[in-house]
Amino acid sequence: MSVPADMELFLDPSRCIGCQACYHACAECETHRGRSMIHLEYVDRSESPQTVPVVCMHCEEPACAAVCPADAIKKTPDGVVQSALEARCIGCSNCVLACPFGVPRYVPELDQMMKCDMCYDRTSAGRKPMCATVCPSGAIAWGRRDEILERRRERPARVFEIGEQVVRTKVQMMSPAGSDSLELDVAAFMAR
Amino acid sequence: MARAPEDVAALVRSYGPTLHHTPPGGWDAAGEPDALVKTHCCFCGVQCGIQLKVRNGAVVGFEPWEEFPVNRGMLCPKGVKRYLQGGHPDRLLSPLVRTPTGFREASWAEALDRVEQGIRNTQQAHGHDAMAVLSGASLTNEKAYLMGKFARVALRTRNIDYNGRLCMVAAGAANKLAFGIDRAANPWADIPLARCLIVAGANVGECFPILTDYLWRARDAGAKLIVIDPRITPIARNADLFLPVKPGRDSALMNGILHVCVQRGMVDRDFVARHTEGFDAVRRAVRDYTPERTAEIAGVPAASIVKAAELWGQAPTGMLLHARGIEHHTKGTENCLSCINLVLATGKIGRPGCGYGTLTGQGNGQGGREHGQRCNQLPGGRDIENPEHRRVVAERWGVAERELPGLGLASTEMREAIHRGEIRGLLALCFNPVVSLPDADYTRSALEKLDFFVAIDFFLSETARHADVVLPGSLQEEDGGTVTTAEGRVVRIREAVAPPGRARRDWEIVCDLARRFAPQEKFPYASSEEIFRELRELSRGGSCDYYGITYEKIEENHGVFWPCPSLEHPGTPRLFEGGRFHHPDGRARFHAVAYRPPAEDVDADYPVILTTGRVVSQYLSGSQTRRIGPLVEQYPEPLAELHPELAERCGLATGDRVRIASRRGEITLACNVVRTIRPDTVFVPYHWAGDQSINRLTLRALDPVSKIPEFKVCAVRLERAAEGAP
Repeated sequence: MSVPADMELFLDPSRCIGCQACYHACAECETHRGRSMIHLEYVDRSESPQTVPVVCMHCEEPACAAVCPADAIKKTPDGVVQSALEARCIGCSNCVLACPFGVPRYVPELDQMMKCDMCYDRTSAGRKPMCATVCPSGAIAWGRRDEILERRRERPARVFEIGEQVVRTKVQMMSPAGSDSLELDVAAFMAR
Repeated sequence: MARAPEDVAALVRSYGPTLHHTPPGGWDAAGEPDALVKTHCCFCGVQCGIQLKVRNGAVVGFEPWEEFPVNRGMLCPKGVKRYLQGGHPDRLLSPLVRTPTGFREASWAEALDRVEQGIRNTQQAHGHDAMAVLSGASLTNEKAYLMGKFARVALRTRNIDYNGRLCMVAAGAANKLAFGIDRAANPWADIPLARCLIVAGANVGECFPILTDYLWRARDAGAKLIVIDPRITPIARNADLFLPVKPGRDSALMNGILHVCVQRGMVDRDFVARHTEGFDAVRRAVRDYTPERTAEIAGVPAASIVKAAELWGQAPTGMLLHARGIEHHTKGTENCLSCINLVLATGKIGRPGCGYGTLTGQGNGQGGREHGQRCNQLPGGRDIENPEHRRVVAERWGVAERELPGLGLASTEMREAIHRGEIRGLLALCFNPVVSLPDADYTRSALEKLDFFVAIDFFLSETARHADVVLPGSLQEEDGGTVTTAEGRVVRIREAVAPPGRARRDWEIVCDLARRFAPQEKFPYASSEEIFRELRELSRGGSCDYYGITYEKIEENHGVFWPCPSLEHPGTPRLFEGGRFHHPDGRARFHAVAYRPPAEDVDADYPVILTTGRVVSQYLSGSQTRRIGPLVEQYPEPLAELHPELAERCGLATGDRVRIASRRGEITLACNVVRTIRPDTVFVPYHWAGDQSINRLTLRALDPVSKIPEFKVCAVRLERAAEGAP
């Protein structure tokens, strides 16, 4: 079984409300046994309630796998970068340092790296990933590209220019439609 | 006695709150669950569909229920982790009887004998009304109905009221006054059809998370979103227009927006003439609310007020939604009416994408206010002071109309009555007033004066600690019934597991007690469905007509919207279509509102406004969610949120401890310095107890119409706490 080619994961932090339903639900997947493989970050809480769900972007050429000295990170033919193989991972954290998106986390209790595998047990069986199923704001969405293009004004992007490096990912990031500057100090909205 | 045991540490050791992280059976329990039960989340009025995973007679997890049309599998963290209440070490498994130092386990026979005796002693010495009943809006419709009947027929007391008094009564009162019926006017499905949305005092992202998707879908379709809130909440970040209203100034702001609509000719004259009464008085009332004057009162720029009116007035469709932010005020009802005035004047109601509603915060915030557990209400949304309504109910219950108790005290007035010695005994189910009522020290001293107090609860809440007898009741998933969601949809709650240990279903406990005070045939129920059958038959012809709703019909249709007057009737998702309102003449009523200031405004001694609210990971008084480890870890303790300008004046930075004092009490908390709140306001969430309870500072002042307290505004002063301050 593999993940259907026309089903994709779309991230849109502009919709995120920071509730952490994704983080908690990830831990509930039977194979995860109470441990979440994703995380959620405030960009800068002092300035804004803006949060970002951090799931694996599933790079076409994953840096995490390239730097792994134990060859513990494998990509399946359907483009999903799997979490570290338990028998191989030596807990060196090379992948944690190398990932351009800050995805993998080292788990000291297990001396292992663990990260999102796009809910492979679910998505390869035709179901949605847990995070995208529960997300109450559409910040993490699973579906066909044409559906997303029809419903939303934001446009999906999967090419990231990071310094001189160009990273192509399986997961799509929605970019704002027609956004200009965003004011985030409440004082700017008040009568003074 | 009703004085809580002094050794709090011992109480916490025995009854929590303990942080629970692991499902019953542990993470390693393998294989398919024995059952997946399609039911609803117990937290908040959205009532998301969810499948509870059952193994070996315990709820061990969840699976999304993607077919349920409201949330389509979506959940918030409370929904994801709610199952951790099952198998919880704090769960009450036996009746408890108070000892000099704590509690001891007792048999049901002994516990019920003691309760019967406590009630009889109270009522024989001081009259029927000296025994009061507190119930709650997280109960099913069946239990809400039963509590009203229990109080009035078995205990024959007029004093029954519920915790919805802290929640949706201001909106409910406004709905009745304006529309002649108390229900949100639209299904959520109307939200994405609106081209302008005003969200006033509703932190949708944290309090009704899955409705965020509806707001974003509306924006995807081109809707303009106007958010009115003293804070940049997660949804305010994406608003097309953000109005950071000064707490307590909502009615002035609404009047100001309506003023501009009138000036610019954006009133729907045809709608007003054909379907409403009273607009002339409103037009006169808003005449003085020029953008400049309104700006001065409400603390938002005049240009933003004009812009709001333009966006709303010019949009072909629009919905106005609000929540506790405008309702928790001594003018809560007026605030809601000022919103309704704007909606009616622009004719934006009773059509697809047009409407109005309160977002009820409690699990059964809608249904809990319909079936007679309120001090002023009889089943079917009937009025306890209306002779015809009394006759209908008395006849069905087989009692003489004159024996049916009359108007009682609101739950927010009962403390005063206890302090006066009028109320001497109390039975509480689904209400944690020690945490949830304002001026918490006053609540505690009231409970301590009671001669007799019995609590029915699944965990020992801070309030139940005061009880003489505690009866172990049922979690939501341990009983069946119905709940009416915040959009008016009646849905089915399924019994996934049986109550553990010697705990029992709430309705069985209440019926057992009732039969000690009333003839058996008045409480003959063998199932919650039998209670529902009586409820729906008695609601027939009432304002909240459930007659055509059956359990089967709910199952077949993913819920049924009331009113549903016959078995063939499909239910009524959208109210007021064709401009037909529920007053006898079919017309809606305008109510002129003049702004008045909050009960306690800031002054030189207390110069900062305190406002309170929720965080996404906690629910109400926290009696359930403060025991769920992952939810507590998400936001472990209440933080004082304040703007850098205010923080600088007080010499505070993020992480510093700040002492906040009001005329009622003080609290010391860590602060979170953020640019997302007005510099004249400090925000503290209210889910915590004891030293962390912000309700020790809040004000007892009530809205004279609805008796809702003014949680959202009082005056405080801030100072940096010394290092190592508790």
